[in-house]
Amino acid sequence: MEFLSYLISGISLGSIYAIIALGYTMVYGIAKMLNFAHGDVIMVGGYVSLVAMTSLGVPSVAAILLAMVVCTILGVVIERLAYKPLRDAPSLAVLITAIGVSYFLQNAALQVWGANPRMYASVASGTLKLFDGQLTIPYVSLLTVAACIVIMVGLTLFTSRTKMGKAMRACSEDKGAAQLMGIDVNRTISMTFAIGSALAAIAGVLLCSYTTSLSPTTGSMPGIKAFTAAVFGGIGSIPGAFLGGLLLGIIESMAKAYISMQLANSIVFAVLIVVLLVRPAGLLGKYVPEKV
Amino acid sequence: MKKLKSLKTTTKVDFATYLGVIAAFFIVSLLRSQGLLNRSLTGMLVPICCYIVMAVSLNLTVGILGELSLGHAGFMSVGAFSGIIVAMSLQSAMPVAWVRLLAALIAGALFAALAGLIVGVPVLRLRGDYLAIVTLAFGEIIKELINCLLVGYDENGLHMAFNISGTLTIDDLHMSPGAVTIIKGAQGATGTEKLATFGAGFLLVMVTLVVVLNLVRSRAGRAVMAIRDNRIAAESIGVNVTKYKLIAFITSAALAGASGALFGLNYSSLVASKFDFNTSILVLVYVVLGGLGNIWGSIIAAAVLYILPEALRQFSDYRMLVYAIVLILVMLATNNPTLKNFLGRFKPRKQQGKEAV
Repeated sequence: MEFLSYLISGISLGSIYAIIALGYTMVYGIAKMLNFAHGDVIMVGGYVSLVAMTSLGVPSVAAILLAMVVCTILGVVIERLAYKPLRDAPSLAVLITAIGVSYFLQNAALQVWGANPRMYASVASGTLKLFDGQLTIPYVSLLTVAACIVIMVGLTLFTSRTKMGKAMRACSEDKGAAQLMGIDVNRTISMTFAIGSALAAIAGVLLCSYTTSLSPTTGSMPGIKAFTAAVFGGIGSIPGAFLGGLLLGIIESMAKAYISMQLANSIVFAVLIVVLLVRPAGLLGKYVPEKV
Repeated sequence: MKKLKSLKTTTKVDFATYLGVIAAFFIVSLLRSQGLLNRSLTGMLVPICCYIVMAVSLNLTVGILGELSLGHAGFMSVGAFSGIIVAMSLQSAMPVAWVRLLAALIAGALFAALAGLIVGVPVLRLRGDYLAIVTLAFGEIIKELINCLLVGYDENGLHMAFNISGTLTIDDLHMSPGAVTIIKGAQGATGTEKLATFGAGFLLVMVTLVVVLNLVRSRAGRAVMAIRDNRIAAESIGVNVTKYKLIAFITSAALAGASGALFGLNYSSLVASKFDFNTSILVLVYVVLGGLGNIWGSIIAAAVLYILPEALRQFSDYRMLVYAIVLILVMLATNNPTLKNFLGRFKPRKQQGKEAV
């Protein structure tokens, strides 16, 4: 029973990682950049929903929607101001800019909301009791897993069925060719950032509900973990991000419970290194041989 | 004079770099002896030297070898804590301070090189962003491992314990009463004797420059750059890719380790979380802003950008915000095509090879 509750906790944490990783992987797939500011967009989403719920007193569903709107606008604005001028610059320049954006968001949050961690009331309180109360599942865990599955299915359908989704896949394969086919590459990239940021807002709300606290640096570690998850599953692949996030969450939860609280992150990263050595493109990543 | 003119441009740049560092050292020493430096600036001299070494050594990996490493602070951490252990346990055996400092620097470099070898052998097979994520993971692993480490020293030698369960304390090492506690798990190294001096920092920068510049201008360095520019072409003309990648990577790690040892011996207490992902990123920012593959650029960027947040102190709370904005604007400006063309007009000829990545 104990094992089962750790497993559920792991799946719930993993679903949060998976949602963040989906955003990461989409942006990477299309813009070929590591968006280090993604973790901080999560944090902004958390704060917006917190302010909406506590200060404005709106219901949690409306708070989530508001966070999504704010983060989407934020993501598109960041892309327009900081990343778009660097479309043809070396990838390291874009990486440093992303880091600059990440610092900016963290310190702006520090100015606006203060350094002290805030309490975050879960968007879905209460627990489900099973087996005469031996196994308790928080409702927010169920909500997280459900949200993750819905998002993953939705994204898969979106990228395979809709015109915009197809444009995204085309752009991630070859931007030049996509442009020749009449695809507006800039609009497609903006759209990808919008979707990724909206996902980040959802992830922010769920993450804060899981950890029940929020501070300006809340997003950085989950951001790194989600990036790890995306690489773990094969970066650029949507099912890969889902699988990677889920596995990462379960491994972390199990390592915390059975091996060592202190070394949990190390174990997660060690597993990642081993996986990459065996499968250099990640679990579900496509290995593209180099042509000379 | 004629001999000087016949030198290659790269050699001239190298000499100018050495001369610049020596001149800077003498000017700063002079200002310091005249009491013209305030306390906060004097306290920053050794860390500046350490970060210069970090930036130059990371430039070897990122700029010269062309592999993105996000875990450079991990090597610094290995060097810092092994250096502290060596310096503290040799307190009775080597009474002279600078000998102990030297021993600590060498030990730091060796252990970091060993870590570089362990990470490098499997990892350098990976390409691009995958290498980045593995080095990032390595940095985090090192941080957590050191957080679990308990080390003490008494007349029977070194005592070490690995605190996996989180329940051990320093008393579990069962040391004799007069023992020295060196590393206390998550509290880090406490009570370290401050051995680092600005002179030692200057010498370390010079040694780093000699090592890196000579490596870059040697046959091995040309092989490394050939791998960066086109791995397949380099391989096809018989360059042993793994060997040269490892040479560059391990040299870079060893220098970071020596820098870490000096850094660790500059503070009486040091925690492993000082060397986290953000520190790696900080050094990477120095390298990129200084110019990839440009050694003197790294030196200037490290010195200026280390002082900048302090200089922005008058903005008090907003200084990191200003720093972030400066960072973004500099990246946007340096990569702006219009601005580049405009500046390009003033350059007599394009510097080739240097800016190529």
